[in-house]
Amino acid sequence: MPKTLEIRKLHVEIEGREIIKGVDLTVSTGEIHAIMGPNGSGKSTLSYSILGHPDYAVTQGEVLFDGENVLDMKPDERAAKGLFLAFQYPVEVPGVTLASFLRTAVNSIRKKQARWGGQPLKEISAIEFYKRLEEKMNLLQMDPSFAQRYLNEGFSGGEKKRAEILQMAMLGPSIAILDETDSGLDIDALRIVSDGVNALYGPDVGLLVITHYQRILRYVQPQFVHVLVDGRIALSGGPELAEQLEEHGYDWVKDQLGESAVTRQNG
Amino acid sequence: MANALNFNRREGYLEKYGFHDKNSYVYRTEKGVSSRIVEEISGLKGEPEWMRNFRLRSYGIFEKKSMPGWGADLSGLRFDDLYYYVKPSDKKGRNWDEVPEKVKLTFERLGIPEAERKYLAGVEAQYDSESVYSSLKGIWEKLGVIFCSTDEALKKYPDIVRQYFGTVIPPGDNKFAALNSAVWSGGSFIYVPAGVKVEIPLQAYFRINAESAGQFERTLIIAEPGSFVHYVEGCTAPVYSTNSLHSAVVEIVVKEGARVRYTSIQNWSDNVYNLVTKRAFAYKDATMEWLDGNLGSKVTMKYPSIYLMEKGARGEVLSIAYAGNGQHQDAGGKAVHIAPYTSSRIVSKSISKGTGRSSYRGLVHVRKGAHHVKSKVRCDALLLDDRARSDTYPVMEINEDEVDIGHEATVSKVGDEQLFYLTSRGLTEEEATAVIVSGFIEPIVKQLPMEYAIELNRLIELEMEGSVG
Ligand SMILES: Nc1ncnc2c1ncn2[C@@H]1O[C@H](COP(=O)(O)OP(=O)(O)O)[C@@H](O)[C@H]1O
Ligand SMILES: [Mg+2]
Repeated sequence: MPKTLEIRKLHVEIEGREIIKGVDLTVSTGEIHAIMGPNGSGKSTLSYSILGHPDYAVTQGEVLFDGENVLDMKPDERAAKGLFLAFQYPVEVPGVTLASFLRTAVNSIRKKQARWGGQPLKEISAIEFYKRLEEKMNLLQMDPSFAQRYLNEGFSGGEKKRAEILQMAMLGPSIAILDETDSGLDIDALRIVSDGVNALYGPDVGLLVITHYQRILRYVQPQFVHVLVDGRIALSGGPELAEQLEEHGYDWVKDQLGESAVTRQNG
Repeated sequence: MANALNFNRREGYLEKYGFHDKNSYVYRTEKGVSSRIVEEISGLKGEPEWMRNFRLRSYGIFEKKSMPGWGADLSGLRFDDLYYYVKPSDKKGRNWDEVPEKVKLTFERLGIPEAERKYLAGVEAQYDSESVYSSLKGIWEKLGVIFCSTDEALKKYPDIVRQYFGTVIPPGDNKFAALNSAVWSGGSFIYVPAGVKVEIPLQAYFRINAESAGQFERTLIIAEPGSFVHYVEGCTAPVYSTNSLHSAVVEIVVKEGARVRYTSIQNWSDNVYNLVTKRAFAYKDATMEWLDGNLGSKVTMKYPSIYLMEKGARGEVLSIAYAGNGQHQDAGGKAVHIAPYTSSRIVSKSISKGTGRSSYRGLVHVRKGAHHVKSKVRCDALLLDDRARSDTYPVMEINEDEVDIGHEATVSKVGDEQLFYLTSRGLTEEEATAVIVSGFIEPIVKQLPMEYAIELNRLIELEMEGSVG
């Protein structure tokens, strides 16, 4: 059964200022969508709102996942339902190893799923956990010692992004939002991370790849591309849209909008 | 010990540790303290003249000394409302079968005999005023190690006790040291002969059972040259609406090249005033390490200290304090450098939540002539919400120029960004807070023996449960 994330006429404010100004977007498992847009257009705000950051106030609209209203759920419940956000700026948690944190997270999610009458999952055994962790670290070409480092503390930009994808791999979400996972990665790291993401992608996984540049989209190839400008989806199209953007820049979108010669997805 | 730390102050504590046996004592002195009570305690114990005089002299000092004019609020403490001596039983056990049934049940609920079998070299268990059980595994006994209650030591090894008793902490040190010196009962006595290294910990377990009881244990540890011992103590008490007082004195002598590690996990119920004086003398090339965890009690005032008496002495105080609603943890450490070429390190980590308040109070004192001293102080405070409070009172008295002294302090709040990051990965807010806290104390926890590290972490996790709105 495919699952769908539906964002309908979403408006989001931070500190009383409206940042997301009516976004409609539907992402289903098995699909890859890209959101592109200039800095400050609201890409991160949109992704934070989908996971339920308490500072980001939804003033209008709906977010549904698998038919359920996500906006009433706490972030951890959204995670347990199968939503995941790879942060643009992952947060440091001193003294907590990546491995021990991930084990807590995996077990927390299992506990909640069991409570919802899903498959009754027991706590993951240490052996099984470390086996899976090693497997996923291999996939992302990460040294096993990395798991014993404190979460994001002293990680380079690239290491942080890789650790985000490792967490995605361990938590196995249905819909993953990758917020500028490509920034801060050199070309080799970008290839490894993209290969990892592609390996995780499949009929049961949907991706929303947020990026400023086109380069990651050569590796993780979206079927749908949306352009976010000033809190609105200004353009939607297929993969060719990313190339046009690369060629003409974001000003081109603004010009197009001026001539209203494009289909605007939001109403 | 394994289960002994596993509790939740709000809900679990009552169930796991907060229970009490009714009328479990065979004798107690009447309420309040006076020279008559002091004499009565000494008489009941059949003590030698010198100890009786020591007690009476100390009582005189207690009466004259005023309450500390700094630190925590002690206005809720009424000396007249307490029982100073509560005797739980006429018998004392060398194995668990000999311990009176009720008392045994209590310690079984606290997991003590099990812990002993698993990973301890010896155990002392004190119930109210008296030690009810003590054991030391045969191999250590053969090597000449002594581990018993201080009362027993006074009878069996009067010369050693008399030589050291009250020399590290004289009765005049402070009002509560004077009170303890007057009415002390129980506590551990440890003697480690030269060169003997007791590789696995000795454990003492302190339990207050009776309502309005004071517990005044007196611990004395003598580590002869080149020896090693790790002593661990744990404390719990029933939950009562009236206040109790725990006021211990711990004296330690670490001789040349010896090393003593003293780990204390204090988990008193929220009606206990915990006012403790702990001090060690470290001689040439000796090492003294205090690991002090304060999680329970209503008010704690405790600053384990180290006097670095001779060249090459090293001292370390690692302090963890957790102050939840209504609690005040006034904790820290003191290093007094008397000799040159000595070093010390004080690391304090405090966590405050709700109306909880934690204070770091520390002293680094370098006496004239103590050149080439190294000392590092680091105190970090973590606030779990906006109401929680943390203060630091570091005092430095440096009377020598050629020294290397460092001090660092940080205060941080559990950040919204950290919480969102962790909850977006599936952790509840409580779990996320507990993870952040466990990371915060990790630098200290990783120095604990495995069993204690796991327990301490679990304890903190349980503390967090049901605590986030
Ligand atoms: N926590 C915040 N507090 C105040 N303003 C914010 C916050 N987060 C984002 N903004 C503002 O919202 C707008 C959109 O930011 P963001 O969503 O980060 O854009 P993008 O990810 O597309 O670069 C910007 O003007 C930014 O300054
Ligand atoms: Mg962004």
